[in-house]
Amino acid sequence: MNDNVLYTRVYEVHKEDFAAAGEASARVKRKLKQIGIDAAIIRKIAIASYEAEINMIIHSYGGTMTINIGESSIVIICADTGPGIPDVELAMKEGYSTAPQNIREMGFGAGMGLSNINRNSDNMSITSSPEGTTIRMEFET
Amino acid sequence: MEKYFHSVTLDKEKCSGCTNCIKRCPTEAIRVQQGKAKILAERCIDCGECIRVCPYHAKSAVTDSLSSINNFKYKIALPAPALYGQFKALGKVESLLAGLKMMGFDDVYEVAKGAEICSAAIAKRIQQSDTKPLISSACPAVVRLIQVRFPDLIDNIVDVDAPMEVAAKVAKKEFAEKNHVDISDIGAYFITPCPAKMTSIKTPLGKEKSDVDGAISMLEIYGLLAGQLKGEAKEFKEERAGSRGVGWANSGGEVAAVGNKNALAVDGIANVLKALEDIENDKLKEIDFFEGLACTGGCVGGPLVFESAFVANSRIKRICDMLGTASDMDGKAEAYVEDGMASLKETVQPLDVLKLDDNRVVAMQKVQQIEELVERLPGLDCGSCGSPTCRSLAEDIVRGNANELDCIFILKEKVRFLAEEMVDLASKESKEQKDI
Repeated sequence: MNDNVLYTRVYEVHKEDFAAAGEASARVKRKLKQIGIDAAIIRKIAIASYEAEINMIIHSYGGTMTINIGESSIVIICADTGPGIPDVELAMKEGYSTAPQNIREMGFGAGMGLSNINRNSDNMSITSSPEGTTIRMEFET
Repeated sequence: MEKYFHSVTLDKEKCSGCTNCIKRCPTEAIRVQQGKAKILAERCIDCGECIRVCPYHAKSAVTDSLSSINNFKYKIALPAPALYGQFKALGKVESLLAGLKMMGFDDVYEVAKGAEICSAAIAKRIQQSDTKPLISSACPAVVRLIQVRFPDLIDNIVDVDAPMEVAAKVAKKEFAEKNHVDISDIGAYFITPCPAKMTSIKTPLGKEKSDVDGAISMLEIYGLLAGQLKGEAKEFKEERAGSRGVGWANSGGEVAAVGNKNALAVDGIANVLKALEDIENDKLKEIDFFEGLACTGGCVGGPLVFESAFVANSRIKRICDMLGTASDMDGKAEAYVEDGMASLKETVQPLDVLKLDDNRVVAMQKVQQIEELVERLPGLDCGSCGSPTCRSLAEDIVRGNANELDCIFILKEKVRFLAEEMVDLASKESKEQKDI
């Protein structure tokens, strides 16, 4: 992407912080509405960013969600500090979940997370190692 | 027509400039400026929360007077089912309908019957649609909330008209055919529990013109109608709704009438806001249908009703038990659905009230400015500046509708700074004088 970044903002996401679950993506959503991004695109970003935020809370040691808004695209980068996804390809499959029982009982962890992010973004990439996972989602505006 | 008609209005004389209303408004549509509240027309959804919360009764709802029915040759009353829960010793619904008719109407058509037609139409739409969840269009405050704060969910709103509208359409059609009169001579008046319905009649969404001609507040007719109910029970020999239609008065009634087990009913505007956030995040995609009602308890909790919501709620349940599910609309409702009597032709248009600027780059700069301002503001959300939160003050400043010194904490800092300057200046001056 060769889009000039006009606005950037970083949000912290903490491990197992269910009380604040969805706050980062809610803030992103509010900003996009203020900027006047098309409603259909906001919906896609809302779904993908919420999914990614929840994933970080459930599965990771925590990290950051960065939003970069350019002239013709919006990029959201979720970077955590581990423990990494052992098999990214498997994790991308619909219905695949590694969420433990206590998380499932909260109504999360039914799988579909990564594939849902993939479906709602125009371009998605994941890099993962035990040191951390970075998910980059790009949306054309 | 005015761009924005609002039933909810402010009586400046009564307003004390307190901050109760700005804090409770779900769309942050009220500011206090120069000691008086001001409603931002483009944001107000007419939910009536401010009417409920104002300790000085400075907020009220504009509705039609009972005498306005005389604008029409023939008059039909459309009682909302919530009306049935307003009277203590209501033996039979018949007496209520007969009593209402005697107040000057040529006919009474239960909105509950319209609700049964809508229920059938919604059930059909759920089967046909891939959109999940479909969102009820019944509560105009919720539809407007979506228009203002969740434009990305407009496509989820079911394209079925509200029971009040369907009832008006059918009532006029049947009355005109039966009495061989012209439809334009018939006025249909909704007996309303809320201001949002009044607004919806004046400036409808999803259709060009409302089929309803006016709305009369339940509070306005309460005394008269209570008088009619005294004495012997009167007869009312028209087709009647069953419990499915009447149940719409309570939260969950619509869902029950639609008959879908995989549906969710939420009441109270703050709860509805949370649920819409969830729908926006795709958290409720397993659900087929979402009923959101702005008032706690549902329409029985409207700002223009006499009885408290929980009392009316339990009375409606008792009346529903008494009525049973059988209705004179059975079979007929489906036929009306086939005729398209419940269909909404136009889509609701989004309102870009959150947008800071038409130019995206400028809008982004403004977002940045808001963030910087929020950092400087105290974060107490005290409301003393007249905006509901520090963040909304920051937005108002960036939009040019307020300034930093409206914040009493920033003002205090500024005063202290100036005072220190003065003291400094004074001491310098006295020192200079001594030197001379």
